[in-house]
Amino acid sequence: MKQQSMLTHGMILGAFCLGFGLLLAVTNSLTAQDIAARALEDRQNSLSQVIPDSIHDNNPVTDTVAMKDGQGNEITVYRATKNGNVTGVAYEIFGSGYGGKIKLMLGVDAQGKILGVRVLAHKETPGLGDKIEVKKGDWILRFTGLSLDNPLPDKWKVKKDGGQFDQFAGATITPRGVVRAIREGLDFFAANKAHMMDLNAPKAPMKEEH
Amino acid sequence: MATEYKTIIRDGLWDNNGVLAMLLGMCPSMAMTTSATNGLGMGLATAVVMAASSLLVSAFRSRITQEVRIPVYILIVAAMVTMVDLCMNAWMHELYKVLGLFIALIVSNCLPLARLEAFAAKEPVLPSLTDGLFMGIGFTIALTCIGAVREISGSGTLFADASLLLGPAFKFMEMRLLPADTGMLMMVLPPGGFLVTGLLVVCKRMLDVRAGKAIQMGGAHSAA
Repeated sequence: MKQQSMLTHGMILGAFCLGFGLLLAVTNSLTAQDIAARALEDRQNSLSQVIPDSIHDNNPVTDTVAMKDGQGNEITVYRATKNGNVTGVAYEIFGSGYGGKIKLMLGVDAQGKILGVRVLAHKETPGLGDKIEVKKGDWILRFTGLSLDNPLPDKWKVKKDGGQFDQFAGATITPRGVVRAIREGLDFFAANKAHMMDLNAPKAPMKEEH
Repeated sequence: MATEYKTIIRDGLWDNNGVLAMLLGMCPSMAMTTSATNGLGMGLATAVVMAASSLLVSAFRSRITQEVRIPVYILIVAAMVTMVDLCMNAWMHELYKVLGLFIALIVSNCLPLARLEAFAAKEPVLPSLTDGLFMGIGFTIALTCIGAVREISGSGTLFADASLLLGPAFKFMEMRLLPADTGMLMMVLPPGGFLVTGLLVVCKRMLDVRAGKAIQMGGAHSAA
């Protein structure tokens, strides 16, 4: 008797799992295409902020190279080309902030000058560290046009550390992390320029981002 | 019949409000209420999940045995949450970027589960749907209030970015009440969540006490 009721319960639970599993499968197949399209739009949006439209005639979202950055992260390098020449690249860089990793997108032109930097994701304190977002302040815009020798390497720091970049009142760790990440990002470009600009380098596979 | 629905609606919105009376679902009500808009969005997503899962649990209530009911409830809530998550990601993407991380948290919100167990498991479909929906709306109101108080005192704005949530037509809701950088930062940080939730619970009790007195006096009056 007992055994039978156990079986019944199992069947009931199993039937519900099957039913709702099917329901989820249907929902997933209905939304999958739109979700992929949104992810692509997101990437296009963040790229167009760090690579100006005027310097390319290709679609940087699809012209990519897979690389490993200095910390061993797998990154995708997006390339802007015009008339068959690489005019700029953009890739994700990571800084360590007060609340964990800060993810940024860095755009660099062929001469190693910064085209633009934007914060993609962070967990910094709202009201203090979040001024790195372009929505909350123009601090991040000051990096545009700078390069490894402008300012000189020992000035690539926040003012508190003897450098030339402003920290925020009440938040030094966040801008320090961002300045350092950008500097390392430029180092990475300098060290890997040839591979990044090589038009024959193997393309990165398109991957889904969640 | 009509009075029954009236009681259900009253319970959900005020008398037995999920946050302000039962103190359930504290995790989203504190984590997601740094602005009125976030509270509103989180509340609406929760209301959809609660209405849908109450409806389903009530519809299947004769088939769900006592022994396996909790896993089945969790399964139903989780399936509804995943569907909301996928649909929002596909069709309300701007909002999803703000709330996306927290949608999954609805599963761990004990308010839906509590209502399924206490109400939908015993009652017919229509009252259950009403209960789920109005409990959800009550939850939305509470979260929006907490968010509004925290946003005004912390950032000096009200309903910032509401147009992202509700569409460009709602741009008029976005207000700046205090000059920038004058807010108390603490209010948008976690302690502010505890403080404001506590204060609103006190406010609700005080209003109830006052209303209770009025009713008693009315009764005494009519008796006399």
